[in-house]
Amino acid sequence: MDLNEFMNAVFNFEDYSQLLPLVTNSLIAGAVLGLVGGLIGTFVMMRDLAFAVHGIAELSFAGAAFALLIGANVVFGSLLGSVVAAVILGVMGMRARDRNSIIGVIMPFGLGLGILFLSLYEGRSANKFGLLTGQIVSVDTVQLNVMLGCSLFVIVALLAIWRPLTFASADPDLAEARGVPVGKLAIGFMFLLGLAVALSIQIVGALLVLALVITPSAAALRVTASPRLVVGLSVIFALVSVVGGILLALGGRIPISPYVTTISFLIYLVCRLIGARRDKLGRTRRSASLDIAAVKVTAA
Amino acid sequence: MTTPAVSLQGASLSFGNRVLWHDLDLEINPGEFFAVLGPNGSGKTSFLRVLLGLQPLTHGSARINGSSVARGSRDIGYIPQQKSFVPGTPLRARDLVGLGLDGHRWGVRLNGRKHRRRVDELLDLVGAASYAEAPVGLLSGGEQQRLRAAQALATDPKVLLCDEPLLSLDLHHQQAVSALINTQCHEQNSAVVFVTHEINPIIDYVDRVLYLAGGQFRVGAPEDVMTTEVLSDMYNSHVEVIHNEGRIIVVGLPDATTHHHGGED
Repeated sequence: MDLNEFMNAVFNFEDYSQLLPLVTNSLIAGAVLGLVGGLIGTFVMMRDLAFAVHGIAELSFAGAAFALLIGANVVFGSLLGSVVAAVILGVMGMRARDRNSIIGVIMPFGLGLGILFLSLYEGRSANKFGLLTGQIVSVDTVQLNVMLGCSLFVIVALLAIWRPLTFASADPDLAEARGVPVGKLAIGFMFLLGLAVALSIQIVGALLVLALVITPSAAALRVTASPRLVVGLSVIFALVSVVGGILLALGGRIPISPYVTTISFLIYLVCRLIGARRDKLGRTRRSASLDIAAVKVTAA
Repeated sequence: MTTPAVSLQGASLSFGNRVLWHDLDLEINPGEFFAVLGPNGSGKTSFLRVLLGLQPLTHGSARINGSSVARGSRDIGYIPQQKSFVPGTPLRARDLVGLGLDGHRWGVRLNGRKHRRRVDELLDLVGAASYAEAPVGLLSGGEQQRLRAAQALATDPKVLLCDEPLLSLDLHHQQAVSALINTQCHEQNSAVVFVTHEINPIIDYVDRVLYLAGGQFRVGAPEDVMTTEVLSDMYNSHVEVIHNEGRIIVVGLPDATTHHHGGED
């Protein structure tokens, strides 16, 4: 393949106006998932769960592959796998060290199961590949409704536990002393995370969920520490990555995920650069107020 | 007669057959600065956890401001041991203090302006206004500990529980934080329970001490409890206590942190 062919495969905007209506469902789903990923990602970062997200995704993949094999609804299969994985992790691995080893054990098992189910499956091979790396026109109306319903549930539930969850994530000792049910919140959060991961898999695939759940929040954290701004930016970054990815993927003939992951990675790079520059100039605004105090003193 | 801020009756705490303390009767009054001293593993932190409602007593009862201890009591302010936040924590100084104010409530915060005003007051109170907007992960241990104090004072508590709040702070911040706690105690009339292994940074403020060691306890004024006779008796070995220019120096503490009961009983 020469460069021209490569570019043609990756970017091709002929017949774009005819193709666009075909992906309306995917675009809606993508936008909602961007919102979910951006919201939940902040907590994933605060609770140091990046590896857990990856582990949940592999079990979700196994669930989806099993559903595909027995002809059941793939979204349901993936939801089931991921919620089971997330709750197991929530109950068994409260401490980070335990959790990582449990994930390390569960993840390859899930991936192995998924590969087993897929190799037994005799349908279209594009369906198989899609579970791991994402697909573009796969979202039909039934699936869309399931996804929208689940997403809405995750968003509402997250808003309901927002403050105590922030407290418990940032400062578990004090939160516990203040009567926040830290342990129950942890399990509740894992349940929501399981749902969010299963939903994201439908668009970007099991292997690349992190690009939707981690990267946007990690990028936002590089440039601000204001909780509202972090959440706002990470939602925007996730939205731009998914919707932008779908729109770019439309013309080419490769899956959607490389586009999504590349956009989200570029955003992260830019944020890192901005953050590094800030750190060099002194990010704590303390220095600024000290300067003002100094000026007052000299003026007096 | 005023209700004692903290009262323990016949309180015992043991883990398995290890007795931390036994049959402890104690009343701490509003406005009293009460220090809890003792070696590692003597049950100082467990004492606080009992008052926080996180650790049930083996026997006896514990009351805060007249009612039984309960998790999340609004009568209690708590300053935990200093533990640094990681640099990526998405909170500024003011957000951390804000969590102390309403972090236990469900949902998202809606009363923004009122909340902000209260947070500003608290930041001023502990002298943290100049770094209100700085990310907590970038603050020094001393600065973070001032924010802890602001969090603890947020509910204007009747009882302030402090778990080694001066640990790993430099001298300047030790003085600032302990003076802050003293103000809350003797001016705002809160009872302070101050767990520490080192009495000197707070010696000018302390009214009474509870000394825990080897499954025993002593309660009283520092000059009565911190003596060669009392501590030697508790540790079951000779401990020399030197009082010098308002400081108390304890020499010859046994190295072992757990105490083995002799066979004399």
